[in-house]
Amino acid sequence: MTDKRLSEAARPMPEQITYANLLFLAVWVSILIMFITYFIYVTGIMEPHVPMEAVLQNWNLSVHDYLHNTDSPHGLGWLRLLNTGDYLNYVGLAILALITILCYLVLLPGYIRRKDRIYALICVLEVLVLSVAASGILGAGGH
Amino acid sequence: MCGVLTMVEVFLRRVRFLLAWVLGLALSHPQAAFAVHDVTRAESAHAWWFWPIILFFFCFVLGVIAVLAGVGGGVLFVPLVSGFFPFHIDFVRGAGLMVALAGALAAGPGLLRRNLASLRLALPVSLVASACSIGGAMLGLYLSRLNPNLIQVCLGATIFGISLLLLFSKNTDKPVVNKQDAIGLALGISGVYRDQATKELVEWKTHRTLFGLILFIFIGVLAGMFGLGAGWANVPVLNLVMGVPLKISVATSKFLLSITDTSAAWIYVNNGCVIPLMAIPSIVGLMFGSLVGVRLLAVAKPKFIRYMVIGVLMFSGLKALDKGLGLRILG
Repeated sequence: MTDKRLSEAARPMPEQITYANLLFLAVWVSILIMFITYFIYVTGIMEPHVPMEAVLQNWNLSVHDYLHNTDSPHGLGWLRLLNTGDYLNYVGLAILALITILCYLVLLPGYIRRKDRIYALICVLEVLVLSVAASGILGAGGH
Repeated sequence: MCGVLTMVEVFLRRVRFLLAWVLGLALSHPQAAFAVHDVTRAESAHAWWFWPIILFFFCFVLGVIAVLAGVGGGVLFVPLVSGFFPFHIDFVRGAGLMVALAGALAAGPGLLRRNLASLRLALPVSLVASACSIGGAMLGLYLSRLNPNLIQVCLGATIFGISLLLLFSKNTDKPVVNKQDAIGLALGISGVYRDQATKELVEWKTHRTLFGLILFIFIGVLAGMFGLGAGWANVPVLNLVMGVPLKISVATSKFLLSITDTSAAWIYVNNGCVIPLMAIPSIVGLMFGSLVGVRLLAVAKPKFIRYMVIGVLMFSGLKALDKGLGLRILG
């Protein structure tokens, strides 16, 4: 390969930069949200679903016993409790765990445009894998 | 000007010494630093804010150490917090995955912009690892429900194995790949990067791609099962097995974690294994620690810290084994 072509090859594709920018924004937004929601939680501005004392008394138990003793939800049940101080913190956590799906959707058009079918398919499969994991279908029904 | 520089140098040396002392104390025996061990039996004696504060500072120190030692936060967080804090291992693994995920996501933008994390390499590998980490997370939760000691023993053996891997693996800067294999070629897993040290453009390609992908099945399972992140395994497989240059391996590994850990993290979140009271201070503490660690990297002695971390991992692996087998030799 010539030096010019090598230099071009060393440059990231435009979608990669969009991926990076989106990731950067999402990470700092989620950290900021975590700060705010944790402050709301610990200062008691919003009543928690599980009182602090109950958390302390049960966090040495298995998750099965913890959920049972504290009447906490599993699966996507936390969505219904976003009006409580403790589960409000899940907003920041969920952004962290959702951003990759969004980033993959950003990559997909680039691969389709380049007719890179294998990588377009990999993107679609990854979005499916992450979406299934996030959906709560898998392994969240045992409590 | 010269005097100011000398003062700064002396100050940094003192800070480094103090930090090494505190870190050594905190990590080699966290009970000594926080008197945690005795308190675990009477955690209700403390106000609710005691543990989040301790956890924040503990994770801050872990964040500094992790960067200096070149390991992910999760691999230190899970064995140490499960060994010395009063939380059940289910919640430690849930928080550990969120910690590893946050660290990987924070590092991602820089690695992608500089084209050090290769998407052509990361995408196929992460598909395998993330799908398998879901299985690992489900298996881990099932085993934990069956008998938590089973997970402690497996975790102890894995952590001890990781410490040996870190001790003995000799990564290669630029492995020689004479001929790319068929799968690597079909997927187009190759690239070019600019070596900042020599300013030269380096071309790379993979070999043994299928074997590498098979190994990522196990890496995914282990990452999900123990909530460890998996940088400790990603780098040797990418570098030593698949022949990817070390810089690309390290960067791609960190980026990979942001995908692998996402799928496993959702399994833990949806199973109720993430308690905000302990997870948020852990994530924030470790991220701030990582930022400080990056700044200290220029003045620290990473080799010494790396050996210290290997020692700590060995000890925490043995501690988890001791706890899981019910021997109670290590307290």
